[in-house]
Amino acid sequence: MSNTYFEILRPGINTTTQDSGRNHMYNQGIAVSGVIDQRNFKLANKLVDNHFDEAVIEFAYQGPLLKLKNNKINFSITGDVIFKIIRNNSKVEDGTCYKNYILEEDDQLDIISTKNTAYGYLSVNGGFQLEMFWGSYSINTKANIGPNDGKKFSSEDKIFIKDSKLKNIKKMELNYTELSDNIIRVIKGTNFNYFSSEAQNSFFNEEFIVTKLADRMGVRLSGHNLENIVNTNIKSEGLVRGTIQVPADGNPIIMLSDHGTIGGYPKIGVIISADLDRVGQLTPGSIINFKEVSLEEAQNIFKAYTDETNRYLNECN
Amino acid sequence: MIKNISNLGDTAVYCDFGSEVNEIINSNVINYFDHLSKLVKEKKTQGITNLTPSYNKLIVSFDLNFTNYKETKRLIENLIIQKNVKKNSKKIEIPICCEKEYGLDFERLNSKLNISEKEILKVFLSKEYFCYMTGFIAGMPFLGDISEKIRCDRLETPRVKVPKGSVGITEQFANIYSFESPGGWNIIGNTPQKIFDNKNLDEPSLIKPGNNIIFYQISREEYLNWNE
Repeated sequence: MSNTYFEILRPGINTTTQDSGRNHMYNQGIAVSGVIDQRNFKLANKLVDNHFDEAVIEFAYQGPLLKLKNNKINFSITGDVIFKIIRNNSKVEDGTCYKNYILEEDDQLDIISTKNTAYGYLSVNGGFQLEMFWGSYSINTKANIGPNDGKKFSSEDKIFIKDSKLKNIKKMELNYTELSDNIIRVIKGTNFNYFSSEAQNSFFNEEFIVTKLADRMGVRLSGHNLENIVNTNIKSEGLVRGTIQVPADGNPIIMLSDHGTIGGYPKIGVIISADLDRVGQLTPGSIINFKEVSLEEAQNIFKAYTDETNRYLNECN
Repeated sequence: MIKNISNLGDTAVYCDFGSEVNEIINSNVINYFDHLSKLVKEKKTQGITNLTPSYNKLIVSFDLNFTNYKETKRLIENLIIQKNVKKNSKKIEIPICCEKEYGLDFERLNSKLNISEKEILKVFLSKEYFCYMTGFIAGMPFLGDISEKIRCDRLETPRVKVPKGSVGITEQFANIYSFESPGGWNIIGNTPQKIFDNKNLDEPSLIKPGNNIIFYQISREEYLNWNE
């Protein structure tokens, strides 16, 4: 076992380990979990020369303050994040995202906060030393599943890092800026016809605001009240990431990685896969518009999204 | 047996087995679920990431990097599912303590249903229940059908926190809160039995779709001294 670890001096608001998620457990009530932003997760791993699916640390808003013990490592941070490196001789360096750095023994990494998005990612070369639960290193704090007893990290916890040889690490940097776009593309849901024609129109033509009720489970929106003319309940049935449910109060809720596996509210729409990263990154107060696309269009947009991700992955050097 | 197949977004197939909730329709759902699960385990499918059975639906999720709606739909349509597979359904006994501090909603049920607490329990405990599905939170079983005499709507204002182990009823169903969670079901008791074990990697959920459940009453003392 490795003896290299991060000592947590400040845990941050919601700091967990995540990977691409946990499959084949919906039928037991266990959500997929996994990173909210798949592209930034892949880029974080690529920048430290890891396999794209190695577990990373995900933080929300305020990130952790970490002190490295017993070895040196190579790390990278992705997202829209402000951070500093406090060297063991007390010198302070401002950090830049999408770039890898060497951290020496007793150096500190202070992840101060995200800027215009909710989540950021920290990767280390070789990955973290974690126990796997049902095929994933993701922490689901609602069901206490995953490493660290399924809990978010707190002060004085240690996060162990696998031994790695730093010899072959080259400096890598990527010129990447997140496109800010408030158009979220949606495929009509299985209960779209439960809503009045006025509500159907409003859904695709009016603005919705992200409320403070936004976390890894889901995002509640407010805006034009969406009138249901059939039934405000359905027989409870499965949900997927990106499903937009509308409860009796007429305000839509978007399901994210840690969502309940089944739900009984009508589904007005489902966000297309290519737009899930952006939706998860929305902060309270953001204004969005939904745009309808067909299944075929969604598949083409996903192909373009994947190609673009791959292009960025290839540009890391 | 599937009435209609459509897409739920760009990464799931939505299989509708009919609008009603009953054991026959649900058994069809579970039949398809079991069959597909086997294919997934044997790695005979491509890109399927999750199967979510519920009362009368089965959602098949997939990874758009490896397959798509059309291919997955075709796979489901071409399945040959044997009807009326006789299964020995597993029977599970669940202890429940219904003392005041655990049976939180007897007063409400008394006034809504006009029958006594004793009668509610007698009716509830006299029947064996079928597990339609597991979900919402890890391991939570949705059981039915409870007697018409004790059917009642959800609370007008759901609780922010329902204690772990609570046994709730609403409409024709009963459930067990495997974790502390928000919820609006009428709580009639609490079980000390572990419903979801996150340390048991092979079988974390005690109750699975298709199982039969029977509740038996235990005293406060038995509850407090419960040892698994």
